[in-house]
Formats: sequence, C-alpha cells, structure tokens
Amino acid sequence: MRDDDIIVLKEPELTPAERLYLPQILDGLKTTLRHMFDLQRRHAVVHQYPEQTREDTGELRTANYHGVHRLNKDPDGRVACVACFMCSTACPAHCIHIEAGESPWPDREKYPVQFDIDELRCIYCGLCEEACPVDAIELTPLYELVSCTREELILDKEKLLQIYEETKGIKPRRNPPVTDYGLTGTQGLDVAEPNMKRKV
Amino acid sequence: MAARGVQVELKRTAELTSAPGGGSEFALSRLDYLIDQLKRHGINWARRHSLWPMPFATACCGIELMATGASRYDIARFGAEAMRFTPRQCDVLIVAGRVAMKMMPVLQKIYIQMPEPKWVISMGACASTGGVFDTYAVVQGVDQFLPVDVYVPGCPPRPETLLEGLMRLQQIVAEDGVRSSRERGRGLRLTLQPPRTDRVELGAGFRGAE
Repeated sequence: MRDDDIIVLKEPELTPAERLYLPQILDGLKTTLRHMFDLQRRHAVVHQYPEQTREDTGELRTANYHGVHRLNKDPDGRVACVACFMCSTACPAHCIHIEAGESPWPDREKYPVQFDIDELRCIYCGLCEEACPVDAIELTPLYELVSCTREELILDKEKLLQIYEETKGIKPRRNPPVTDYGLTGTQGLDVAEPNMKRKV
Repeated sequence: MAARGVQVELKRTAELTSAPGGGSEFALSRLDYLIDQLKRHGINWARRHSLWPMPFATACCGIELMATGASRYDIARFGAEAMRFTPRQCDVLIVAGRVAMKMMPVLQKIYIQMPEPKWVISMGACASTGGVFDTYAVVQGVDQFLPVDVYVPGCPPRPETLLEGLMRLQQIVAEDGVRSSRERGRGLRLTLQPPRTDRVELGAGFRGAE
C-alpha cells in the first residue's frame, strides 16, 4: 500500500451553534416532550395487559401461535394420540414423556397411558406439532401459564385434554388427520386405499 | 379473597366470644387480629405494589425483561419499574436466562446480599429447568440452589407471561405475607412427580372457550 492510497478523513468543523450542543439537546427534548404531553399517543402505546390482551387488539395469531400444548381428541372423544413417540423423539428439550399401552379400541394398536409434558423445560419450538403423524399434539395460543412449583407445570394427559376442551373454540383442530389409523392396527380393507380419503 | 377474610373473621369472633376467658382476653386477641389485618392489607399492600426487581439477565430472556420494562408493556403499572442493579436495594430477583455452574456462586451471593423480605422469579425455560441445555455445565433449574417463588415458562416468555408471574408474586405477597426465604426454601429435589389430580389454571387474561 502506498501513502497516497490512504484516505485521510477530517472531522467537519462545527459551527458556533453546534459547538454549544444546546440546539441539539432541545431538538431531542422536543420529541420527548411531544410524547410526554400527547395523551392520546401515550395511551395508544401502553398495552394494559390483564384488562387488554393481545386477543382484544387482534395482534395474536391464534392459528399458529406457539403457546402451551394440548392433546387433541378425535371426533369420538378419545385421545387422538397413537403413542408413536415421534414428538418425544423430535423434541430438542426432551420434555415429553410418554408411556404407551395397548389400545382398547380396534382401530389402533397403541394409545398413551401416560403423557406428560414439562412445560417449564419446553422451548415452544413446535417440532412436536410438526412431527405428529395424526396431528394429536398441537400448540395453543395460550401464553399465560405460570406456577409456584415445578410440579404444577408438568402437564399430564388429563390436563392436556382439558386444555383442548378449553381452546378448541379459539383454535379448532387445524389439520384433519391424514394418516389412516387402520394401517397401524387390525388391517382391513383400508390397506387397499391407504391415505386416499380423509377421515374427517 | 375478601370473602375468605370475612369468613375467617366471623369464625374467629365466634371462637373467642365463646371462650371461657371472656372480656380482656377477647380485646387483646382482637388487637392482635387488627394488627394482623393491618399487616396484611396495609403493609403487604404497599409491599406488593412496589416490588423492586434485580434483573439477573444472562441471556435472551433479558431482552424480554427489557421489553417488559419498556413503554409498551410498562412494568411500572405494577410498581415494579425500579430495576436496581445493586442487590441491596431490591425485593425480587428475576433470574432471566441460563445460569452456568460457574455463575451460580455469583447468583447466590447476589441473593444473599438482598435484604429480607425477598422473592425470586425464575424466568424462562433455562433458569427454571435448564431447558435445552441439559449438560453438566448448566444449572438444571436455579431452584436447586435458591428458593424460587414463581416459575415463568417460555423460551423466552412473552412480556405478558412475565407480568402474569409478577401478578402471581403479588398474590403471594398479599396472601402469604412475609416469610423468610429459609422457611420458603424447598431445597434440592431432583425427581419431580407431576400432580395427577388438580386442574390446570389457565391464567388471568385467558378468556376461555368461545
């Protein structure tokens, strides 16, 4: 590198008014004061949380918000989960614990005897929802769960089903189950047309 | 809560008037009761509406903590805007973010330096349980070393969820009053059994099914 390649930058000379710094301070304060005395604007900015939620202002995307989980029920009211362990395998935080049992119903092999999600360890990434082949586990737009003990936030199957009952109004079970249960259990005529017709 | 207070009052009055001691004893217990009520509804009222947090923000939860303090969610509406960066002026330790094993002595020192009464909010998955960082280097939940009062799930939690946790803490202060952290300490519990019977509380802002 030669010397004449170097570009020397000089600071611009300040005018006497700029050297005082006061006009700039006043200019900044003007913005502050405008915000301070404009009550309407101030009211528009602050979000009055417990009284005014994001549902009220329409800012919550209920269809794909990643909140607390739920376990969906199928149209017969049974738990839709088939205990395939896809969600607990996909989970990066290892917060899903499933114990499978033999299903009492003829249309599937297994069902979850126990289904626990540690909501405190969960990072709400939604990979369980994507992994689920029967769309049994879904994330709800519910974000206001806190607890005083760690045990309270380990949600078991009954609580997850309860959350489904309470949130199915604001977020219906989104995807119809495309996977045919019949293929996993007693295989009948369904084998001829796997996954061709949607059940719901 | 008020209704329960009245119920307790009625019960106590009935007990005391029927007791054989009678007059002066009744008046003294009455005085005790009044002092108790003053503590609960006066001092604890002031206390729970002026919780000063100590932000122990080590990770991305700290950003949400700042968002909660900023003008949109405005934690000042709950009287908790005075974030002090010295533990000696604080009531609430908000542990936001993962805590490495080497950081834990620092956190414990900060907790010890806070004057009683003091409370702890464990904010986010990492502080509460370790989250995705299931390694030997990360503390698997600060409640193994500190008496945590409120757990706030999320990765990171929304400002609303943190405010919900703050409201839960205010509820604790209102109902439970001041107990020393030693009394509240739950200690090291490595196996957790989920409760099988209770229904889940879905939060104050949640509007339910329709």
